[in-house]
Amino acid sequence: MSRLKNIQNNCKHATFLIEKKHTDGLTFRETVELRIHLTGCSMCRLFNKQSRQINEMVKQLFRRSAETRLDDAYKQRLQNLIDDELNKN
Amino acid sequence: MDVNTPVPDPGKWVNNYADFLFGYAISRLNNEEQAKDLVQETFLAALERLGTFENRSTERTWLVSILKNKIVDAYRKKAGSPAFSEIKAIEEQQDFFDEDTGHWKSEHQPLSWGADGNALLTNKEFNSILQKCMQKLPPMWMSVFSMKHLDDTPTETICTELKLSAANFWVIIHRAKLNLRACLQKHWL
Repeated sequence: MSRLKNIQNNCKHATFLIEKKHTDGLTFRETVELRIHLTGCSMCRLFNKQSRQINEMVKQLFRRSAETRLDDAYKQRLQNLIDDELNKN
Repeated sequence: MDVNTPVPDPGKWVNNYADFLFGYAISRLNNEEQAKDLVQETFLAALERLGTFENRSTERTWLVSILKNKIVDAYRKKAGSPAFSEIKAIEEQQDFFDEDTGHWKSEHQPLSWGADGNALLTNKEFNSILQKCMQKLPPMWMSVFSMKHLDDTPTETICTELKLSAANFWVIIHRAKLNLRACLQKHWL
């Protein structure tokens, strides 16, 4: 019973479980623990939602920056560098 | 060698792969200069080991795997001593929650962002705040996050490659999100 009481009140542990859930998933027991906590804690419910949104937004940012292109001058330098190396042999 | 087997063709690398490799690096490092350097280093390293290319993989996969190793090295250097970042992360963990009750401290309680998720995703101001807040996080977090969520790397592999303990991994994940969310709330609301 004391463990149950503990999870009901422990937002630090609950936020950890939320992160674990969004990263690797939870064990059965952790799932139950988190559900119990979230039922009684609107703040952690909000944290849960915002944490998921943050993950989505960060992923989008990363994907967008992956579309950045190299400038032609730099590409030319790379090409010259490779050509030089190839000509050595 | 069979004429039809694809062999590395370095003369075409820049044209075929430079942009892709650069995008890959910059999205994981958030640093243009460093990303450029790593693309160059990748090509040079690949030239040195042309002989090790195996036809089991494509040229692109092969180049990406070389780049990946260089990115992991860069992460490690950025993060400095893992032991140090671990201690720091744990120390900083204290302030969000009341030590006695375990509840959110009143000044740190999550507040609604006042717009729904999809609207925020495309909101320029929110995104620029997000980027600034991300820069305040320990560099190790970027590496952990991108390896996990962009590359689907298993946690165990991430820990091995970044020389993190499992406990340390979870502290970084948990702590960084608490900080990132708090930073967004502070600057957005």
